[in-house]
Amino acid sequence: MKIIVAVLLLVAGLASARAATNKSDYGGTLRMVTVSASGSFDPQVNYTLRYAEIFQAMYDGLVTFAKVGGAGSYQIVPDLATNVPTPTDNGTTYVFHLRQGIKFSNGQALTMQAVVHSFRRLFKVNSPNAGTWYDVIVGGRACNAHPEHCTLPGLVTDAATNTVTFHLRHPDAEFLDQLAVAFASILPADTPDHDMGTTPIPGTGAYKVQSYDPSNGIVMVRNPYFHQWSALAQPKGFPARITYRFGLSAESQVTAVENGQYDWMYENVPADRLNEIATHDTKQVHLTPVNWLIYEPMNVNIPPFNNLDARLAVEFAINRESAVKLFGGNALAIPTCQVLPPQIPGYRPYCPFTKNPDTTWTAPNWKLARQYMKKSGMIGQRVTVITPLESPYRQIGIYLQDILNRLGFKADVKPISPNIEFNYIQNTNNKVQISVTDWAQDYPAPSDFLNVLYSCNSFRKGSDNSINISGFCDPAIDAEMEKAELISVTDAKTGNALWAHVDRQLTRRALAVNLFTVKRLDFVSARLKHFRFSGEYFFLPQLAVVK
Amino acid sequence: MSDATNPLVTDIAPPAPGYWATAGRKLIRDRAAIVSLAVLIIIALLCAAAPWYAQHIARTDPFQSNLSGTVIRHGKTVEVLAAANNPLHLGIEPIGPSWRLGPYMLGADDQGRDVAARLLYGGRNSLIISFISAGICLGLAAITGILSGYFGGWTDRIISWLLDALWAFPVFLLAISLSVVLIAHGIDIGPIRLDASSLALPITIIGIIYVPYVARPVRGLVIGLRQSEYVLAAIGIGGPAWRILWFDILPNVISSLVVFAPLIVALDLLTEAALSFLSIGVQPPAASWGTIIENGESLIYTRPIVAIAPGIAIVITVLALNILGDGLRDALDPRAKLRN
Repeated sequence: MKIIVAVLLLVAGLASARAATNKSDYGGTLRMVTVSASGSFDPQVNYTLRYAEIFQAMYDGLVTFAKVGGAGSYQIVPDLATNVPTPTDNGTTYVFHLRQGIKFSNGQALTMQAVVHSFRRLFKVNSPNAGTWYDVIVGGRACNAHPEHCTLPGLVTDAATNTVTFHLRHPDAEFLDQLAVAFASILPADTPDHDMGTTPIPGTGAYKVQSYDPSNGIVMVRNPYFHQWSALAQPKGFPARITYRFGLSAESQVTAVENGQYDWMYENVPADRLNEIATHDTKQVHLTPVNWLIYEPMNVNIPPFNNLDARLAVEFAINRESAVKLFGGNALAIPTCQVLPPQIPGYRPYCPFTKNPDTTWTAPNWKLARQYMKKSGMIGQRVTVITPLESPYRQIGIYLQDILNRLGFKADVKPISPNIEFNYIQNTNNKVQISVTDWAQDYPAPSDFLNVLYSCNSFRKGSDNSINISGFCDPAIDAEMEKAELISVTDAKTGNALWAHVDRQLTRRALAVNLFTVKRLDFVSARLKHFRFSGEYFFLPQLAVVK
Repeated sequence: MSDATNPLVTDIAPPAPGYWATAGRKLIRDRAAIVSLAVLIIIALLCAAAPWYAQHIARTDPFQSNLSGTVIRHGKTVEVLAAANNPLHLGIEPIGPSWRLGPYMLGADDQGRDVAARLLYGGRNSLIISFISAGICLGLAAITGILSGYFGGWTDRIISWLLDALWAFPVFLLAISLSVVLIAHGIDIGPIRLDASSLALPITIIGIIYVPYVARPVRGLVIGLRQSEYVLAAIGIGGPAWRILWFDILPNVISSLVVFAPLIVALDLLTEAALSFLSIGVQPPAASWGTIIENGESLIYTRPIVAIAPGIAIVITVLALNILGDGLRDALDPRAKLRN
């Protein structure tokens, strides 16, 4: 049944893609705009949505998420491989058949060596998830420990059968998801083993970079060596050219898109422009729910939030509806109490921190909040809220400060540059007590929220890359998450039930104030047609028609 | 016997008015300066009345978020932050100005707080910071300028080097750098402890950065005074240095400092607004005119009054200070007549 639904979704996606395939739809320049560059342009290093949205049109992995709009976008489809393998050997072996006749944008042919080199390179360039995702490949741990000597024996190629085989240390229900993201892009075999920074690396995708200037923008043109092998995996794309201009503020971006100077803007539309675009440019607005959580992690290792009662006091006092207002209202955000967003498998609605606790948040419970606060003995404690210096996070930080002061803390708020805030709040040396931040999925799996945000492995003292910002570590919960991961390989239903249980346990521990999940608002020009939004990659620029 | 009958008494001319009295009379005759002074006094009084306004007129705490609050407007209960009326239900708009004395006279900001009440509280902080930091600046400038100009030699060289070093930085770059560094953890040097959210922090920073701009002219003035006959005479009769500085030099420097005062206050007010606008001045939930402009920036399309109101307040105050400064210069500077 599940397979039938998946096939139907894909067919629907494909049909929608085909709907626009008139010859006259091809060509033109899609003009995208954003506020700034976003770090390294190396697909195995960069960990930002801003670039993931364009990497997917330039690079391919062995498998990928279907590049279609709607629900079908979470389906994994073959890309540079001809198949999506079913794991064997109790879920520890994956055999891929490599597609023939594909070339990189520099004319080099796709080879087995390129595949092997790309996976070894993941460890050599210290890819953000090399230690958490790809070390499941046999030899991955050794590669993490000594990247310069990485051989990755768990990756075996056979030229005779044209196969690439991965041997895993243990079954991993999310291994295919992890192969489908940009980190696992297959790059030419001679790509240097270091972060390429601002030098674009050739890919096999429909587009290649013609020029990249971190202070001005990117120009992408068609890859001359590309031929479409799968419309789902790597569609040919409609625009002949895609430009991505850097340097306009969000306010200016709105005006520019309204005036038709750009076709799409990356940044969230500022709150004071929402009414304007929703009134005058209704047809240019696209709203899509995404797995994106806005939350306020509390450091459980230092006062005052090493005290459960103090954390509970904050949980019950926060008016999540007020926080939603700061984000732009109910059309853009949905209040939540739990870690998992609604579209993630394992999600079971749950909210213990509300008046009349039930499945959804209804109102703050100040009576209970004050009781917990009194019980905690933390009245008068100094708290500093760290928040990004950008709307609406800054406003949410100020609101949190207000709530903390009302509870009896002495709260300050420190807005800091969004460029450094995310790393700053992760580093235990900075002794951050509570902060405002967000987390969006890498792929639609419960572990990408629960495991990544709260497992002991994700907590690294003194590191800027310690995504377990709360600093929570409970081996018992880790064991439960490991069990859920293993069971999910063979029994998704039982696995999801276990994940739901973990979600509830972590929520009850009040490790963070989970505020709301958001809807992505895309504002496009009047001339842009055939807007397609993937749950995984978000806006698919190559599917937009701009002629 | 009446003095009127005494020819000796009637022949004596009334004593000439003193320097300050003359200056005072000149200043009173300067209408623009007096109007400016009156404007400043009114602004200061309004700002001083901020707590009363918040309690009795606005009937709200301007430092608390009121995101889910309501208010009576035209007999109806309306939300302070209401969903915008558009087909997609996108966006939230703070309540607009009523333009009547009462709650939300100038509307609400993005946290649902009364803008008028915050404007008065903000003005209080802006004026406190600018006046005290100007006091610090003038005090430090007077001390360094007088010591440097009077003693010369190594004292002059060391002080001049320090002032040059301070002067070498563009003033806003220096202010921003100091603020960014100090705003995270405050100052904690031995007995000196300044909390990051304390007003003392921007006061100190702003008070220091303009010292060279006043100290240099004061030093030049003192070098001139040091060569004047009455100072040389005082030195010649063996008067102690402190006495000469206090009784002969300082009174002659004060008039210059008084002329500088309104200009430095105006500069400090603008600097405070700039730093607060950049989130490195007055820290939330406290307000200053700069922080209110910053809050208003995100509402510029829907509720421009949030940014415009403090902007107007700054313009009026700085204009009044500059006109008053001009008036004081004309009144205190004997050469002003020549210029006129």
